[in-house]
Amino acid sequence: MIVNLIQSEYEVIRDQNRCINCKLCEQQCSNGVNYYDKKLKAMLSDESKCVNCHRCVAICPTNALKIVKSQHCFKTNSNWSHHDITNIFRQAQTGGVLLSSMGNPKEYPVYWDKILINASQVTNPSIDPLREPMETRTFLGKKKLDIEFDENNNIITKTKPQMELKIPIMFGGMSYGSISYNAHKSLACAAEKLGIFYNTGEGGLHEDFYVYSENTIVQVASGRFGVHPNYLKAGKAIEIKMGQGAKPGIGGHLPGRKITKEVSKTRMIPEGNAAISPAPHHDIYSIEDLRQLVYMLKETTNYEKPIIVKIAAVHNIGAIASGIARCGADIIAIDGFRGGTGAAPLRIRDNVGIPIELALASVDKRLREEGIRNEVSLVASGTIRSSADVIKALALGADAVYISTSALIALGCHLCRSCHLGKCNWGIATQIKSLSDRLDPKEGCENLVNLINAWKREIKEMMGGMGINSIEALKGNRLMLRGIGLSEKELEILGIQHAGE
Amino acid sequence: MDRIKKEGEIRIPSGCAISGIFSKQGNRFSGQTAIDSIRVMHNRSNGLGGGFAGYGIYPEYKDYYAFHIFYMDSIAKKECMDFLEAHFDMINLSKIPTRKIPSITDEPMIWRYFLSPLPTKLAESQLEEDEYVARCTISVNSKIKGAFIVSSGKNMGVFKAQGYPEDVGDFYKLDEYRGYSWTAHGRYPTNTPGWWGGAHPFSLLNYSVVHNGEISSYDANRRYIEMFGYKCTLQTDTEVITYMIDFLNRKKKIDLKRVAHILAAPFWSTIDRMNDQQKQEYKYLRNNYESFLVTGPFSIIVSYENGLMALNDRLKLRSLVVGEKDDMVYMASEEEAIRVVAPKLDSIYFPKGGEPYIVELEKEV
Repeated sequence: MIVNLIQSEYEVIRDQNRCINCKLCEQQCSNGVNYYDKKLKAMLSDESKCVNCHRCVAICPTNALKIVKSQHCFKTNSNWSHHDITNIFRQAQTGGVLLSSMGNPKEYPVYWDKILINASQVTNPSIDPLREPMETRTFLGKKKLDIEFDENNNIITKTKPQMELKIPIMFGGMSYGSISYNAHKSLACAAEKLGIFYNTGEGGLHEDFYVYSENTIVQVASGRFGVHPNYLKAGKAIEIKMGQGAKPGIGGHLPGRKITKEVSKTRMIPEGNAAISPAPHHDIYSIEDLRQLVYMLKETTNYEKPIIVKIAAVHNIGAIASGIARCGADIIAIDGFRGGTGAAPLRIRDNVGIPIELALASVDKRLREEGIRNEVSLVASGTIRSSADVIKALALGADAVYISTSALIALGCHLCRSCHLGKCNWGIATQIKSLSDRLDPKEGCENLVNLINAWKREIKEMMGGMGINSIEALKGNRLMLRGIGLSEKELEILGIQHAGE
Repeated sequence: MDRIKKEGEIRIPSGCAISGIFSKQGNRFSGQTAIDSIRVMHNRSNGLGGGFAGYGIYPEYKDYYAFHIFYMDSIAKKECMDFLEAHFDMINLSKIPTRKIPSITDEPMIWRYFLSPLPTKLAESQLEEDEYVARCTISVNSKIKGAFIVSSGKNMGVFKAQGYPEDVGDFYKLDEYRGYSWTAHGRYPTNTPGWWGGAHPFSLLNYSVVHNGEISSYDANRRYIEMFGYKCTLQTDTEVITYMIDFLNRKKKIDLKRVAHILAAPFWSTIDRMNDQQKQEYKYLRNNYESFLVTGPFSIIVSYENGLMALNDRLKLRSLVVGEKDDMVYMASEEEAIRVVAPKLDSIYFPKGGEPYIVELEKEV
């Protein structure tokens, strides 16, 4: 007797009056949920396979489908949730580590939603971005405060390597391998059109994308996949990935089935072999080792590229960041615990790390206390969901943000958290050609450009409202923020006052 | 009832009137001129703050640091005196003479000292003399409760109070002082400052600043400049602007014109049209000194030992006008404040947003 302990959380509801048996939903679902029953002469669904990605709903020509949360439930229990119980069933059956993808979905406080933005009234005027210049150009890199002049009293303008962005938003690291060629191409093309940067992630740089190198950040991670001198020289900046918000303290694993011919070539590893990124870099066991890698990369690239060190937001983040700032890094990227991933052990994703808002505020404060904030730029990520989050991040102290989940959503991602299965129906997190062909890079690029331009408009409106007409005056300007419903301790860490104060 | 918070404990936005008068030949004239100029802009202040800065007023002590200090009580005075005695040779000390004016009340003890850094202490600190004095000033203002150093430069002094500026001028008997450069300020704060420290000008060493506006970049500027040993104890725009000018001009040796172009930087659209050398320079300044950019409305007059600089925000959201007559230069929020003391001018000019107007002494005084 087969006993099925785990029932689907979702149901595929089909309006049979509308369904015309066109079988598009069957064709489009890589999970095999929808099928045609010859006897009944009707389309049916096996919801146990459904990941709730909405692909079938979105392509149904007669709007016959919807996915709803199943009313099937366990006996009500405030302690034991549906997930707690079914995950125990899963582990009891398999003995395995639970896997999931994308960011932490649990109900932790989202501090962005407990922070409010200021606007001018009476004592100073708001500025209309439609009538006055409203500047968003940003530089990342070390700021030099000692100035030198030549014999004609001209400034000697040589600086440490800088990145110039038209708006302080970049696409975060997502490797080719974890996401598709077309997804990468969309990001690269959009970064070029927007005058910003995308990040290769740890999967190397496909030879077709070297044309975008002016807008590329190349990543060096613990697996060192695809790292060679030309790769390092191709990027405008190099990022050392020490950690990731979705899975602090552990490495990565790209299953063999995702290592196709092209991915294998780009990563410089055998086709079909799983790509394991170790938890630590095996040449970095301490801060002084990181310094060596930073300077090794600088030497290799003739001190022409800023070095970014990306870390996951963890408990002692202030001291860690201060150490990184003193080891030669030009930029620190901090990834909060709601950041996304192509695959992570579920318990780690959901329980390890701290929110980016608190981490960012602590790091910015710490670097200022130590008088070295100008030595390093700060990039915040994990998660930035809207232009308002961008404003709040900048006012807390970020110089720029990385967005990744938001970018994937712009490409069609529906946050079904099944990237690790490799069968993404939206052609993003998959290496199956028939699936990745669904993502048209031209359209993807356009959607990303639209998204960032829309945010840019909103950012300009909010800046104008605050009476700020250039983005640098927003950076670290915490007086523009107020907390709502936060404890004194939370306000203290965020360095902001409560609403009404 | 809860005590109303004093300025420094809260941030108070203000509207204001400013005026500056300067003799390029270094001819000294009475502070009465500055009083007469600011008086006509009475409606731009609301009686909650006024003040003056005079340069060239202490020629007999011009080699010594002139400290003007407010004391709230005798405990603060004792603590501050102990500090000063531990760090300076005291050349002279006295109460600053005042006359009773019905509208000026609640005055603190107001003292003046002429000081010279103790050579041993100075050597021990391994600091330049100016830096030593600046640090002592910031230290008193941030650490000694109830003591506030109003000004700490040489051959100059700041006189300020809670009241209308013309009354403040009378109170301090400024008609009896003569200087080659005067600035005046009338304040329109939205809350009561609660004490005299928040009145303007704000001063450190030889710099003093009068300001009209409310800058939207305040906290970005404050949090940045505090990295370099400054403490913004008053939470006013003028204070943070003064510190930024001190840092850039005195410490980093950047000329005032460039300092002005850091504080009120040209727009990128302007920079992009410049020639290559200029483009590189402005890009350099905007990038490396990004956190010194001041946004929001302001007009300021910066005084220093050799001159005056008038500067508006990038969009010119506050009025500011400059007139010249022979060797005299007048700067004010309104033209009438100039015409009242100099009815016939050789020229009148409205500086553009972000365009500094700098005048300097043409001979040593």
